[in-house]
Amino acid sequence: MGTVVRDYVIPANDFTVAGEASSRVRKILTQLGVSPDIVKRTSIAMYEAEINAVIHGNGGNAHVEIDENKIYIRISDEGPGIPDLELAMQEGYSTAPDSIREMGFGAGMGLSNIKKNADILDIQTEVNKGTTVNITVFFNRP
Amino acid sequence: MEQEYFHSVTLDKGRCKGCTNCIKHCPTEAIRVRSGKAVIIKERCIDCGVCIRVCPYHAKQAVTDPVDMIKNYSYRIALPAPSLYGQFGPGYSRERIVLALKHYGFDYVFEVARAAEIVSNASEKYMKNGVVKKPVISSACPAVVRFIQIRFPNLIDNLLKIEAPMEVAAAIARKEVHEKYGIPDDKMGVFFISPCAAKVTSVKVPLGNQKSKVDGVLSMKDIFLPLLDIMKKQGEVTKEPFSLSSAIGVAWAASGGESDAVREGRRIAVHGIHNVNDILEQAVQGGLDNIDFIEALACPEGCLGGPLAVENPFIAKVNLKYEIEKIRQNQAHRVTRTENADEFVWKSKVEYKPIMKLDDDMMKALEKMQKIDEITEGLYGLDCGACGAPSCRALAEDIVMGSAKETDCIFKLREKVSSIATQLQQIE
Repeated sequence: MGTVVRDYVIPANDFTVAGEASSRVRKILTQLGVSPDIVKRTSIAMYEAEINAVIHGNGGNAHVEIDENKIYIRISDEGPGIPDLELAMQEGYSTAPDSIREMGFGAGMGLSNIKKNADILDIQTEVNKGTTVNITVFFNRP
Repeated sequence: MEQEYFHSVTLDKGRCKGCTNCIKHCPTEAIRVRSGKAVIIKERCIDCGVCIRVCPYHAKQAVTDPVDMIKNYSYRIALPAPSLYGQFGPGYSRERIVLALKHYGFDYVFEVARAAEIVSNASEKYMKNGVVKKPVISSACPAVVRFIQIRFPNLIDNLLKIEAPMEVAAAIARKEVHEKYGIPDDKMGVFFISPCAAKVTSVKVPLGNQKSKVDGVLSMKDIFLPLLDIMKKQGEVTKEPFSLSSAIGVAWAASGGESDAVREGRRIAVHGIHNVNDILEQAVQGGLDNIDFIEALACPEGCLGGPLAVENPFIAKVNLKYEIEKIRQNQAHRVTRTENADEFVWKSKVEYKPIMKLDDDMMKALEKMQKIDEITEGLYGLDCGACGAPSCRALAEDIVMGSAKETDCIFKLREKVSSIATQLQQIE
């Protein structure tokens, strides 16, 4: 079975490299001939999750698996976790400090944006332990 | 097929030393060194001209039309790019330059700067309509449009669907000349005076197979000295030979000119193809949703930095600035407008060219990707370019796609030679 696997380290609070992993994945999907539409949805979902890990999670890891049907992305951090996931999923809800907002991030659209673009979104989170965001996007939606 | 991939940017094999300068700087990894000479992969080249600028041996050139081509037409129209006004130092005013074009052999001069003002006006209207996706990306730079076509398919819908100033200028000039002097269309020769290689390509192979209204593209380099000669002999210019643009159109020659002219919303002006790449990367990830307009020019400092421009772009900028100041103070020149800007909306579609794709079959593409990963893993990661590919990863891709072999890597070759040497010793 052909599966392409990638692992990336997401550094904490470093905005200069934030988005690098999703940018690389976008290039891989393009080389694999995945349609531009799916590439876009994937890269937006992954970018948002990556930014979240940078802003809230003290950085973390991105693990990516691509086969002929789908892409699976796991972004995990060992940050503070999300106390109320339901609340955090609401558009506009944000816990980002002003300094982050001034940079144009932290508008409270991250998680809802991921949900909008992913086919399957599964978030595992525990306060003081960390958060794992599992994203799946299918290439041919059933 | 040949025609589809015509490029202005070409290689002079005799001058090429097979060094790594061009392969390392090409934004689309479109160049390889094979058998000691650079080879341009036609499907990937966007005619940005970076290789022309970085080649120390001047082996990369932009093919333009010969200046004598104007003799093939009985009525000749010049379309000077606004960057032309930055090429000559102080004392050489726009009026003198335009008059010199007339003495050079053109019957009519229509400034591309005037068309640029029409495009700016149309862009404003277009953005107010809100029909286009934001951020709106300017389509004035042909290299950037082609870059988006092969690299950023998701941004095709963001492109400003209005003809570039050169085409608009050609259309209006033809119409004006016909109306004023009754010259039939087939007797007119329309020539763009260009700082840009990609414009040559967009005249020879227009997007969406539309026919260009421009007949020939002349290099600023070829026409610079003759114009200077004429101007030196020419007396003071007292009367304007043709109607000229306002400062707005002239400012388009430098980075920031177009975005200033749009006047609407938050605007980015980015120049230099690698900087353009960074901005487009952000745009495609939704990071620029708070931006309304992106002016993206492939050359450093904008068209003034074009590969066919004569003067250093920073010096040219000073010349241009001086000229713009003068036009502003004078206030004699009106902004060019047209009632029917709809005429210049794109009629054809810009299509995605998936040239980076490894295989049409997804399964095979995945297998190739795995193979590329494996080979890359085994290489040294120095990205030295000695193999002729811009990076180790690019070499691995070439190997899997069948255009290179592992021993093209000098370190891999050394490994192989030393293993053969060991085997030979064992024979004893």
